[in-house]
Amino acid sequence: MFIRLPHMPLLVPNRHRGKLIVVEGIDGSGKSTQLSLLSQWLRAQCIAVAFSEWNSSPLVRETTKRGKKKNMFTPVTFSLIHATDFADRLERYIVPLVKAGAVVCADRYAYTAFARDVVRGVSRRWVRNLYRFALRPNLAFYFRVPLEVAIGRILGGRNAIKFYEAGMDMGLSRNVEESFRIFQGRILDEYEAMIQEIGFHVIDATGSIEEQQQQMRDIVMRELGESLRDGILRASRGDLDAAQAAPRIL
Amino acid sequence: MLLKQPLEFYSESLAGVDRGELQGKLIVIEGPDSVGRSTQVARLRTWLEHQGHAVLDTGLARGALAGKGISQAKEGNTLGPITMTLFYATDFADRLENEIVPALRAGFVVLTDRYIFSLMARAIARGEDRAWIERVASFALVPHAIYYLRAEVRDLVSRVVLGRGAFDHWESGMDMRFGADMHDSFVKYQSRVIHALDRMAKRYNFVVIDATKTPDQIFRELQRSIGKLF
Repeated sequence: MFIRLPHMPLLVPNRHRGKLIVVEGIDGSGKSTQLSLLSQWLRAQCIAVAFSEWNSSPLVRETTKRGKKKNMFTPVTFSLIHATDFADRLERYIVPLVKAGAVVCADRYAYTAFARDVVRGVSRRWVRNLYRFALRPNLAFYFRVPLEVAIGRILGGRNAIKFYEAGMDMGLSRNVEESFRIFQGRILDEYEAMIQEIGFHVIDATGSIEEQQQQMRDIVMRELGESLRDGILRASRGDLDAAQAAPRIL
Repeated sequence: MLLKQPLEFYSESLAGVDRGELQGKLIVIEGPDSVGRSTQVARLRTWLEHQGHAVLDTGLARGALAGKGISQAKEGNTLGPITMTLFYATDFADRLENEIVPALRAGFVVLTDRYIFSLMARAIARGEDRAWIERVASFALVPHAIYYLRAEVRDLVSRVVLGRGAFDHWESGMDMRFGADMHDSFVKYQSRVIHALDRMAKRYNFVVIDATKTPDQIFRELQRSIGKLF
């Protein structure tokens, strides 16, 4: 018995006051640095900015930790637990804040799963359906970087690549660095293949940090300029100082 | 309708599973909360073992990976409906790949107290998209038989009151506040679950069993039907 399922549209359009900006790219592409600079720039304009990071839901943390520690994950459960984590952040944090008029900046979004989980072995169609409940970003940046450049940055900066980060669960190579290279290379191919489909704004991540940031700001102004002037929730200086003290990362 | 070999997936194939290797039988008992499923599963297990079959029984949120996380999440007050659906789906996938498939390979009879159908019905009852959750769950194996213990919501209410004597927060769908109090919310939520299961009955070939019969009658009906699978 094969259950026939209709074609589904991708993600839910954002009809709220607030905006959602996401960055994507392989490890070492520099996307987190750029997003952090962008959010500071927005905050300096008194815009209410919130930040959400991939795989950071406290509700799911213990389960993810257990699975990773004991190598219990399969491609499907790995994909589903990350979707659970994402759903929790979306339902409790991202959507309410976007409704309230904030600009939410997300370091990695559903597209990370589209790339990574497919490389792990789930189908493109299945994982795209899985994230169909997600709010469609107003802007999605993709930081394009050659594999060797990214690997150089990772190996230079951190000393240990983690088991799942290197795709060691896939048995690509017994050598962690080699496995990481193959795994990230395949993820890169998936990202490249979805540029049109997603409508990524591609940033050349080999450029200087300042150049990349300028490009990002230009794109934000061009695409969202109008709505950033009017619709967005803004803070007075006093609110802003008070808000600085509060935790804003989930 | 009962299915003969070989087992199939609904739509997505799980990596590393050769269906030809799955020698066991996969039997599902479905139905809403408090309908009497676990009583029947326990009796069936004993009966099947007396017949010489090795039996694995499993059920929602019992998996090694996510079972604990789900119970912890349900103790808090921040579990959103989509998050809950996906957490249960994670647990289901974990049990399917790490318990059910290995047991079927080893020739066991797998008796499962609920399957993807309750998971989907709960999601649909909470207003989530039917096609979305159907596709999420489409990596499931098509069971040899699915028995749907069907009752009206008033039967469930009397079972809850006469049995446990109190309504449960989650069984009442209180996370969605379907009604002013636990009773009203239970009635509304469980009606929606029953409606969702009813709508699946034909599409997924449920064998519908009237759960208002006595437990003995239901058991004999199940025995007669399951007997034909061997």
